[in-house]
Amino acid sequence: MTYLKLAITVAALGSSTPAFAQDDFSGTLKARQGQFQIMALNLGILGNMARGRMDYDADAAQAAADTLVAVSQIQQAPMWPEGTDNAAIEGTRAQPTIWAENADFLEKWAGFGEGALVIQAAAGNGLEALGPAMGPVGGSCKACHDNHRAPAN
Amino acid sequence: MSRGLILGTAALVACVAAGLFVTRAVPEDGVSLASLTPDAERGESVFIAAGCASCHAADDAEGDAKLILAGGQRFPSDFGTFVAPNISMDAAHGLGGWTLAEFASAVRQGASPDGRHYYPAFPYASYTLMTDQDVVDLWGFMQSLPSVATPSAEHEIVFPFNIRRTVGVWKMLYANDDWVMTDAPSPEVERGRYLVEVLAHCGECHTPRDALGGMDRSAWLSGAPNPTGRGRIPSLAPANFDWAAEDIVYYLETGFTPEFDSVGGHMTAVIDNFAQLPASDREAVAAYLKALP
Repeated sequence: MTYLKLAITVAALGSSTPAFAQDDFSGTLKARQGQFQIMALNLGILGNMARGRMDYDADAAQAAADTLVAVSQIQQAPMWPEGTDNAAIEGTRAQPTIWAENADFLEKWAGFGEGALVIQAAAGNGLEALGPAMGPVGGSCKACHDNHRAPAN
Repeated sequence: MSRGLILGTAALVACVAAGLFVTRAVPEDGVSLASLTPDAERGESVFIAAGCASCHAADDAEGDAKLILAGGQRFPSDFGTFVAPNISMDAAHGLGGWTLAEFASAVRQGASPDGRHYYPAFPYASYTLMTDQDVVDLWGFMQSLPSVATPSAEHEIVFPFNIRRTVGVWKMLYANDDWVMTDAPSPEVERGRYLVEVLAHCGECHTPRDALGGMDRSAWLSGAPNPTGRGRIPSLAPANFDWAAEDIVYYLETGFTPEFDSVGGHMTAVIDNFAQLPASDREAVAAYLKALP
């Protein structure tokens, strides 16, 4: 009889679920995906001017470029907690390399900042300056997405 | 011994011999190439469009480092992990000492100088329609590149696919000398077809494959699971993909989508290559994609 009680107790302990709540990362994901959306919106303003799809407007271009610089200054660490890579949770394309190769990820992030400064310096100076100035930031986006973002589903 | 046993053994030997014969690696004889003059500058364009460095140089190589073709990049797949070999001009570990015919056999037929099959992770199924002049020019360019004495690593492939002869069966099933787009409506679309179907081998990632890893040409460019990880390679078929030609051209140069998302994963290497080609080549690719049925 004792063995039966022991067996039942062990079984009950083994199948119980933890009492604490699952971590909810939805706010974190919205924040960091939102920052990339802001980049896309402002790159869109600048890019569409450079492509001739939107009339060039020096003030609007400067404001967009200033916004990119502002985004580049957002502290990244709080938005990339451990356990929010695409192997651990759904709803993100963040590769585990962001954590495993964190120095490379932060270097790529810094590259975006450098590219944003290049556009900021050129944006108000006319269309001829703007086109080539888009190059470094485009390269920085690609460089990070190459390793650290998974293809879409 | 019984007569039945002798006949049975003879039949078995005959079957094995026939099987070995039909699955052998067939090299090229180089006759059509012999009269052509190599142009290394044109060859560099072929090298860029075909993306040789994207697989055979180091993963993070940039600039001149992309000309160090030491191999080593790893490509996980359903069949195991393929490791890119050294294709520098090193005599011991690379292509030093190869003839033009041997190079053409490798690139267009997937056949090695010692008569073995290459695995179709090397996209010779696409390169098979590379023109004679492009092969000659490419070889001329590659011979100008540095030699690197890095030994090539073995592939890590699961049984039974690690038996190279099985690729002979794969080739019988899937090798195809025809264009997918059989009628190209203009010279520009013809150039786009050559870039997409052959040199840039877009179909190798963008076309779904069956269980034995052959491209399903009836679903050409209609998207596929990412071969090396999570997610999907998107469809470029007109039913799913409606970018304007201008947007395709801009994307191939900058990596920016019409919404100013930015390219990622292996496609960044493709953009890096297309950005170096003439604008007319990017426009030709766009024209081809818009001409798909």
